Order: sequence, then structure tokens, then C-alpha cells
Amino acid sequence: MPVIEQTGTEEVHPDVALVEASRNGDTAAFEKLVRQYDRQIFRTAQHITQNREDAEDITQDVFMKAYNKLDQFQGNSKFSTWLTRIAVNESLMRLRKRKTSRTVSMDQDVQTDEGSIPRDFADWTPDPEQQYGTSELGGILQRTIAGLSPGFRTVFTLRDIENLSTEETAQALGLSVPAVKSRLLRARLQLRERLSRYMKRKDGSAKP
Amino acid sequence: MTCTDFLARMTDYFDGEVEPELLAEIQSHLCECHHCEVLVDTTRQTIRVYRDHQVYELTDEIRERTVSRIMSACTGKH
Ligand SMILES: [Zn+2]
Repeated sequence: MPVIEQTGTEEVHPDVALVEASRNGDTAAFEKLVRQYDRQIFRTAQHITQNREDAEDITQDVFMKAYNKLDQFQGNSKFSTWLTRIAVNESLMRLRKRKTSRTVSMDQDVQTDEGSIPRDFADWTPDPEQQYGTSELGGILQRTIAGLSPGFRTVFTLRDIENLSTEETAQALGLSVPAVKSRLLRARLQLRERLSRYMKRKDGSAKP
Repeated sequence: MTCTDFLARMTDYFDGEVEPELLAEIQSHLCECHHCEVLVDTTRQTIRVYRDHQVYELTDEIRERTVSRIMSACTGKH
């Protein structure tokens, strides 16, 4: 890792040096950043848009936009969070284009079922990987998350699948931390409820 | 603590962001309340199963194509 200036005791993220080099025209440095985050950006875009071709296009667009806007990256957030924010905006824009009759935003459907108590309290099989094959399980997971509204599946994707912190998720979505927390709770509960019918233990009222 | 009280704190509980006193209350609720215990377990499993099985991945071929398109667009600017 390159030795770079440190502010106080806090270590500077290695991406900062790569961004700086990229700004100065070092395309190899930028390619490193691309290869570090392209998969994450692609997954995020596909989770939001639910469309593979869109996700591929968005991945390209995000890095091209980022490259042109490198001067605007201030370093108050991580570079990956900044990229994610661009990806979320691009993805929501694509969704709006596709679903012309419906408005799509981070706020859609999230005002409903505030604090609703979950209904399904059956234990789950400890080993869904064994109950279903890998590809069948993959299909179940895809269908289930696709059923959530874009606002919910975005927050779940960033926080739980891509493992961003609550603060990073808030920055990437342009939401407050409390708003992220309340959406995340409802996203997790909805997803759990929907997955439950596949994951219940085989001995009671087993799989559908 | 009621189930609704617990639910309101579940996200902070998962993130390890509750004060010791509240944590003790939560833990005693989870010992007494099978519903909430199952809720915690199955919600954790929900997160785990999605983390362990990335349902969307770029194939190597598409990845290389994507990276080279990005890089040629970017280097073209110089
Ligand atoms: Zn309870």
C-alpha cells in the first residue's frame, strides 16, 4: 500500500490514493478501482432493477460517470459509498423508465405497515442448502427479494448483502440514519415472512 | 418489555447498539418469549442465506468486456 498522509490517528483509506492518481491521469489506478468494485456495483444494480442487461449497462455508466466526476469526490464518504450512490440513482432512473405507469422512488411503499408484528413464527430448517439444491435455493432467493418494493430491497441489499454500515447506507441513499434503520427493519421482516414458507421445518406444515 | 417494544429495538440489537441495561431487558424477553426468539433466529437466517448465496454475479467474460469498455471510454478522454 502506498504511504499517504495521515490525518490524526485515523488511517486514510487506500482508495484515496488511487482516486488521487486517477485524477492525475493514471488510468491503471482507475482500473484497480473498477476491478475492486465492479461486482458490487453490478449486484446492487441488478437487485434494484431486477434486470441483467440494465445492470450491465449501469455498471459501465457508473464508472464512466465516476471518472468524469472524480473532482467532485470530496472524501467525506468512502469512494465505494460514493460509487454506490451513483449506482442507486442510475438504477432507480432505469426502473422509472421501464415502469412508466408507476412512480419509483426510495419512498415507494415504505409508508405502509409501520411496526406491523410478524405473523409467522415457525422454526426454520437449519440447513436450507440441504433441503434445496444450490440452484433451486438461488431461484427462491431471487424471487423472494424481487417481491419487495424497490426501496426495501435497496436498503436490504446495501446493508445486509453488501455489508455497508448503517451510516454508509444512509449516505448512499441520501436518507437519515433513523430512516435507514426503520426501512431496514421492515425490509428484513418482509423478506423473512416471505422466505418463511420455503424455510419452515419439514415436520409441521412443511414446504409448499 | 412487550413484543412491540422488542421489535422497535431489534435493528439496534442486531447492530450491537443497545445500552447494557436495555440489553438485559431484551435478553430476558427473548428467554421468555418463544415468538421473538424465533423471530431473531429466522431473521438472522434470512440475512445469512442472502449473504452466503450471491444471487447475481458478473461472469468473467462479461466482466472483462465491461472493464475494457469502461477503460477505453475513460482513456479516450485523455
Ligand atoms: Zn416477544
